[in-house]
Amino acid sequence: MVGEIQDPIIRVRGITVQFGETRVLDGLNLDVKRGEILGFVGPSGAGKSVLTRTIIGLVPKVAGSIEVFGVDLDSSSTSQRRNVERRWGVLFQQGALFSSLTVRQNIQFPMREYLRVSQRLMDEITMAKLAMVGLKPEVAERFPSELSGGMIKRVALARALSLDPDLVFLDEPTSGLDPIGAGDFDELVRTLQRTLGLTVFMVTHDLDSLYTACDRIAVLGNGKIIAAGSIADMQASQHPWLRQYFHGKRARAVMS
Amino acid sequence: MSSDPKLERIAKGNALALCATGTWTASFAPVLERMVADAEKLAGTPQSIFIDVSEVAKLDTFGAWLIERLRRSLTQGAVEAQIAGLSANYSSLVDEVRRVRATPVVDSSPITISGMLEQIGRTVAGIAGTVAGLVDMLGAVLAAGFRVLVHPRSFRLTSTVHHMEQVCWRAVPIIVLITFLIGCIIAQQGIFHFRRFGADIFVVDMLGVLVLREIGVLLVAIMVAGRSGSAYTAELGSMKMREEIDALRTMGFDPIEVLVLPRMMALVLALPILAFLGAMAALYGGGLVAWLYGGVQPEAFLLRLRDAISIDHFIVGIVKAPVMAAVIGIVACVEGLAVQGSAESLGQHTTASVVKGIFFVIVMDGIFAIFFASIGM
Repeated sequence: MVGEIQDPIIRVRGITVQFGETRVLDGLNLDVKRGEILGFVGPSGAGKSVLTRTIIGLVPKVAGSIEVFGVDLDSSSTSQRRNVERRWGVLFQQGALFSSLTVRQNIQFPMREYLRVSQRLMDEITMAKLAMVGLKPEVAERFPSELSGGMIKRVALARALSLDPDLVFLDEPTSGLDPIGAGDFDELVRTLQRTLGLTVFMVTHDLDSLYTACDRIAVLGNGKIIAAGSIADMQASQHPWLRQYFHGKRARAVMS
Repeated sequence: MSSDPKLERIAKGNALALCATGTWTASFAPVLERMVADAEKLAGTPQSIFIDVSEVAKLDTFGAWLIERLRRSLTQGAVEAQIAGLSANYSSLVDEVRRVRATPVVDSSPITISGMLEQIGRTVAGIAGTVAGLVDMLGAVLAAGFRVLVHPRSFRLTSTVHHMEQVCWRAVPIIVLITFLIGCIIAQQGIFHFRRFGADIFVVDMLGVLVLREIGVLLVAIMVAGRSGSAYTAELGSMKMREEIDALRTMGFDPIEVLVLPRMMALVLALPILAFLGAMAALYGGGLVAWLYGGVQPEAFLLRLRDAISIDHFIVGIVKAPVMAAVIGIVACVEGLAVQGSAESLGQHTTASVVKGIFFVIVMDGIFAIFFASIGM
């Protein structure tokens, strides 16, 4: 079902995750190509966020292996793992900004830890990142509690991008945004992917995002990937859930 | 794949070329920053300058910005620095950073004496605000209590019972253990010092009066302020942070009635019970030490205790308990509802809740001592 991809940036093999008696992921295989935007869909509660969290190491798995940038995360040393973590950025569903730090300090937090550069350069790069995610420089001195939902997502994206990662995980980046804001965000992800050469792993529910932003789509169901391919492949699929998803009322509205 | 970045100066006739090579990415940022700072010293040379980036193996925002920064600082007067040899892959990135405005000056106000004095002034002025907040909350709780008296069905019994379990039942083991140990220590110290005067037996008087009048209730109130006051502040504070309290309000509920009143009730009922249990545990501990360490037989201890204390001592102690509980509860709820959006604010208010709670408990205890002395109890 999953075509072998040469030199994938993420290679997931046989992942099984269990919470008590409930098996959420069951022998799941997935490859993510370098430089693509992968949209990851599936019914609510199917385990999309669980898979993301398993790949980034927040949820323990029962079986299987995960390779990111060709490094097996189970057998890697701490320094190898640090290296991998430095090369990915994560955008959490609620943003997960540090509430006691300003926007500027939030974005500079990873730089301060990992890079030994001057305050001046950090400030300049922060301004560049804010401009990239479409925020005004004045936002820099605000606290997260003073931002709107859309701004929080943008700042969280800027923080995820602060070390110029090769790979970003986006967990429902457009949920809770108005359609225009969501459209802008998709556009933003596309632009950043082009300018920075990012690989994007995007969990989403947003059909618009799938159509406009994603190169490839993977569908999760029953703890496995039930389909992976282009949007055309998805529409051609005979799988009942996929048919409902891509030929339902909302899908038709998006396509027309 | 990655190679050390370099920036070489090559004179080409009338012009100066700066050739950037290697990997210009975040991992080399410190090196890059130093090189660019060096090259910036060239500013002011009359030659025309171009920055050749055709040999750069990899470029990210850090590298692109540093090249852009170099270009900006070398562009002076008639001389304009140019970026040359930019590959198509990276041109959009460089265009992106070109739009960035120079960093606004971040003002981190220096610490000055006048600033410190101002801070002290604000803090002192804030005390009035604190007292006003407490009185305000007391009024709101009393008003909510009155409404509940008029409409008893709106009283939240389940919630009150739940909080009773949290602050009373679950606190019993630790309260009993600590007061028991304090009783032991008072008795041991008393016997040790009284023995020199041959007044061993007076340790019973001291223990009885001290534990029933003061230590029992004061110690338990302090422990409850630390244990339950902080929990109330943290609970209400995190509900405030996640807009749960606003949600309650929009549904037409009064947060004081729904959240604060059951907690206050639970605390006001719990503290006398805990104070009583604590006093008993302390007397038991003291009696045990008096017997094992001081050789006072249990019968003699009880006989002496009956002579030494009257019901007044017990009443003086237990009457204070509900008042102290109310003070702790009000302080905790005021602090909880004052939490702002950040985790740091939650921490500050939880600390303030415990510190202020203990402070007011001790102040109340002093006022009670004066009051009981003047009515001769």
